[in-house]
Amino acid sequence: MERLPRWADVALVPLVSLLLAAVIAALVILAIGQDPWEAITVMVQGSIMDSYGWGYTLYYATSFIFTGLAVTVAFHASLFNIGGEGQAQLGGLGVALCCLFLPWPHWTLALIGATCAAALFGAAWAAIPAYLQARRGSHIVITTIMFNYIAAALLIFLLVDVLRPAGQMDPATANFPEATRLPTLNELPVFNLFFTSNVPANVTLLIALGMAVVVWLLLWRTRLGYAIRAFGKSEAAARYAGISPFTIIMVAMLISGGLAGMMAINNVMGEAERLLQNSASGAGFIGIAVALMGRNHPVGVVLAALLFGFLFQGGAELGLWTKIPIEMRTVVQGLVILFTGALDVMVRMLLTRIFNLFRAGRMAKGAA
Amino acid sequence: MASVGADARYAIELKGISKAFGPVQANKDIHIAVPKGTIHGIIGENGAGKSTLMSILYGFYRADSGEIFINGKPTAIPDSQSAIRAGIGMVFQHFKLVQNFTVLENVVLGAEEGALLAGSLSKARRVLTDLSREYELDVDPDAVIEDLSVGHQQRVEILKALYRQADILILDEPTGVLTPAEADHLFRILKGLRDQGKTVILITHKLREIMETTDNVSVMRRGTMVGTVKTSESSPEELAELMVGRKVLLEVEKAPATPGAVVLKVDDLRVRDEHGVERLKGVSFEIRAGEILGIAGVAGNGQSELLEALGGIAAATGRITLNGAELPLSGAGADGRSRRKAGIAHVPEDRQALGLIMDFAAWENVAFGYHDAPEYQKNALFMDNDALRADTERKMATFDVRPPIPTLAAKNFSGGNQQKIVVAREIERNPDLLLIGQPTRGVDIGAIEFIHKQIVALRDQGKAILLVSVELDEIRSLSDRVAVMFDGRIMGLRDPETTDERELGLLMAGIAEGSKGEAA
Amino acid sequence: MDYATLLQLLDTTLRLATPLLFACLAGLYSERAGIFDIGLEGKMLMAAMASASVAFLTGSVWVGLLAGMLASLLMAGLHGIASITFRGNQLISGVALNFVASGITVLIAQRLFGQGGRTPPLAGEARFSSITLPFAEELQGVPVLGPLYYEVISGHPLLVYVALATVPLTWWVLYRTRFGLRLRAVGENPAAVDTAGISVVGLRFAAVAITGILCGLAGAYMATALQAGFGREMTAGRGYIALAALIFAKWRPVAALWACLLFGFFQALALRPDVVEAVVQVKVPVPFLDALPYVLTVLVLAGFVGKAIPPRAGGEPYVKER
Repeated sequence: MERLPRWADVALVPLVSLLLAAVIAALVILAIGQDPWEAITVMVQGSIMDSYGWGYTLYYATSFIFTGLAVTVAFHASLFNIGGEGQAQLGGLGVALCCLFLPWPHWTLALIGATCAAALFGAAWAAIPAYLQARRGSHIVITTIMFNYIAAALLIFLLVDVLRPAGQMDPATANFPEATRLPTLNELPVFNLFFTSNVPANVTLLIALGMAVVVWLLLWRTRLGYAIRAFGKSEAAARYAGISPFTIIMVAMLISGGLAGMMAINNVMGEAERLLQNSASGAGFIGIAVALMGRNHPVGVVLAALLFGFLFQGGAELGLWTKIPIEMRTVVQGLVILFTGALDVMVRMLLTRIFNLFRAGRMAKGAA
Repeated sequence: MASVGADARYAIELKGISKAFGPVQANKDIHIAVPKGTIHGIIGENGAGKSTLMSILYGFYRADSGEIFINGKPTAIPDSQSAIRAGIGMVFQHFKLVQNFTVLENVVLGAEEGALLAGSLSKARRVLTDLSREYELDVDPDAVIEDLSVGHQQRVEILKALYRQADILILDEPTGVLTPAEADHLFRILKGLRDQGKTVILITHKLREIMETTDNVSVMRRGTMVGTVKTSESSPEELAELMVGRKVLLEVEKAPATPGAVVLKVDDLRVRDEHGVERLKGVSFEIRAGEILGIAGVAGNGQSELLEALGGIAAATGRITLNGAELPLSGAGADGRSRRKAGIAHVPEDRQALGLIMDFAAWENVAFGYHDAPEYQKNALFMDNDALRADTERKMATFDVRPPIPTLAAKNFSGGNQQKIVVAREIERNPDLLLIGQPTRGVDIGAIEFIHKQIVALRDQGKAILLVSVELDEIRSLSDRVAVMFDGRIMGLRDPETTDERELGLLMAGIAEGSKGEAA
Repeated sequence: MDYATLLQLLDTTLRLATPLLFACLAGLYSERAGIFDIGLEGKMLMAAMASASVAFLTGSVWVGLLAGMLASLLMAGLHGIASITFRGNQLISGVALNFVASGITVLIAQRLFGQGGRTPPLAGEARFSSITLPFAEELQGVPVLGPLYYEVISGHPLLVYVALATVPLTWWVLYRTRFGLRLRAVGENPAAVDTAGISVVGLRFAAVAITGILCGLAGAYMATALQAGFGREMTAGRGYIALAALIFAKWRPVAALWACLLFGFFQALALRPDVVEAVVQVKVPVPFLDALPYVLTVLVLAGFVGKAIPPRAGGEPYVKER
């Protein structure tokens, strides 16, 4: 059996996976007695047909770029960071503390400060699992899962017992001061030509895109990136080359946690403008899907984040305008992860078979 | 039609077996007949297709075409279960034992008597006692596998086969991990089995074993069977020629060494493995500029640990100095990068697991271990990938790497060309000391000659070289001095011009000259 | 804290430990066979929804239980196909199936009942009722032990006792039967099993199926015994706590019982912060108690409380090699 051509491996495999997920999703919609065509129409209408929809789609995509990049960096070091959710929540804590307790004269400075705080807190939350993996061999998948739950508990405690202003009922911090408010896309020059009404997508989108470039440069143009990728392919060989496993595990996870944490400037600072419970709302997990779908490449991650932004916003529209519950989007996310991440061998086998059929046909024709 | 020509005198008869993996034809129209009650050798170089053939016989692969006859009857072997039913037992090169199970549990696994274990275990205990008495196969049935020596683990594999009442026993490179004494014991066991009427197939690439133990021998070369001869009517020279297809040039042309100053001085070097077992037990030697010190020995006697300690991969204790400067053996500064900076290059024993990143392109592999070298940097932040690719092209031309495509992934090169990439990378750094392990393992003849010449040329430039190889011929023809390792120690140093294979063999078995009298 | 409060706590502990125990043993079969399963949560959720829905529709908790096990088996089958047949990444498959379960349970329940993704409350025959063990009433008067027997041991739904009985059963299967020997072998070295002529795929699918059945019991217990009906995300991370318990127990069945009881006890404590405060004399925030199982598991993973060595072939798809 011949192998797949490279373009098919890079582009066709994810597309077919996506198609399969879509087919199953359509079947699910049929099974609950709804119309898949109506569903897709509503989703497209509500997420990419006008600037309002785009405003939400891009807002979600911004978060997913961060968490997708976070998973990607760890993946290249052969580490499966499933703790993006917790790291993003801690990032939110960093943003909240930074915005609430430091006097910021202008949003630009606040943004720089909050970005650093978010990255720092996210990285710190990734540091313990990373250290345990590097020094004591504790399986990072399990420890990061545990840290997600520990983060959730910690934040509930902080929001209920510590940071909640007196007299407020819901577990959340006070609203951030006006000086820390980030401009949304409709308030930015050039962008305001397209975005005319108020949208949640904000200046953080630009930071997310910038981080995608930084991650690409890091992985494929720097010594550290070289070391991370080499370590990820073979720990034994990395040791031979004098690449320290401890350093790489720590650095890769700190970067990963930092990226996940930075997501908080989008949702906590850019949108909610206060820290709420469960602030990451699943974006940490979606980062796994985004990284898988994007083939662990920043360009792929950005595209996949857009796709998931569309699914997220479109799914919300489904909940609003059809009888299909909003949970449909969770199902679709699951299906996409399943087909792109766990069943990729199946898709590849399928495509290889089809390709070979074509090849055989061509050869038969050539012989005749 | 199927049974035409089948003969019940043969335990195994293969007719026209072919097997391809993609474009690679691993077996081509193989015919072989193994008479009952004999030890039959199958010999050939690495990659000649011996293991594939045996895997077909054991139901691991299905042949694309051809027939298998067991005791004269045509037999289909679609899976291991069928092979076991047909009376075939297999001892793999890498043992298939469950490490935290007892001997008894391993023997019983897959051959249980019923749904409950108690009966099976007590029966196995009885049978094991009988078998060990009959064939010198004594192992404690209640010992846990991970506590047993390699030799004992191999006996468990043989016991597993016999417990399943195998009449035909196939052993794939059984002595690679054994000491000479353990190997002799194994051969006694195999002869005992033959004398009881069992048929034994011994796959190996070592001529000596074939000459010592087998009744007949079949020679394979590049997927084809080039001939079967009676061992007693053959000679090692004849077999070697059959194996490689032309006269082997074992002598490397080199001028006498002109050793200079001491480059590497090793003093009481010790290494413990992750279980705390001492694998290198106080080794001391020195290498001078312009000489090759060869380390001979059976695999697993501390050679790997020696290379790893010197290469900065494994932590060690003791003292090493390079050109008079002491190098740290553990903690900061005891890593591959620092060693390279100090002037030590290292061609590792296992190039696929250590020396290369198989998924990386050739040009990325050329930077492996040297990715922070100044000439590969564009500025303080970024690497200069263009410079790296240009350097790769040049190296590929100098070392005749084929195909000369820098963007091709390492895994797509043949073993010989992979090794050339590693050797080019390490030698071109102009190191003071080159550590080189199993330089020609899995490398084709043409590349072997090339690599040997490169090693000698480096020596003639006045560099110090530490050569580790399990191929005694390689050690003898390349080295200026030979050290023999056994059980983590150096048993003795010899001049390859004056020593002989017998003397080195004794040292490899752990018998030093002083104790010759007692050992005899 | 008086004796009555303690008994009450222990009683709640047992109730809350039961789903953990089922799920933990479920994970044990799978992981001992070399298949990591972080999809315990999803399987429980599916089983909870299916059992509650069917129990409500048929009025029989037994039919509901069967449906729950089937739903969970289906999920297990998908995990098997992804991770055994197609040698996919077991962790990713688990994550994916958790997502699917989280969404689809709500979709189906909404479609069936239109009550915002919940099932209607179960009552009567559609729910497991508590069983009073023999002589519980009579022995109540015996000091200390009498109330213990009556309050803690007696008076639980049948599934609680099934869960407890599954512990020695699992031990026996694992260490005293042919199946158990092969199961443990395939998780340690599948090549040994393969060369012995046993199907690695068959064994692993068998293990994954048992995982499915036990997760089915866990989910059905949640929806038809512990509570009266299904609600969205009702398993609330119990699948992950079970996973934590499995690691805490170092993949051993009897230790799994103690781990689940301990984690169940923490959950019981989290329901009674007043009791905790009375005992330790400081106000302990409930989230701390919630986080305790996870923190303990991290400590175990870090090797501070013994060393947890997972089955050697765990997580690795088996590829035949010479």
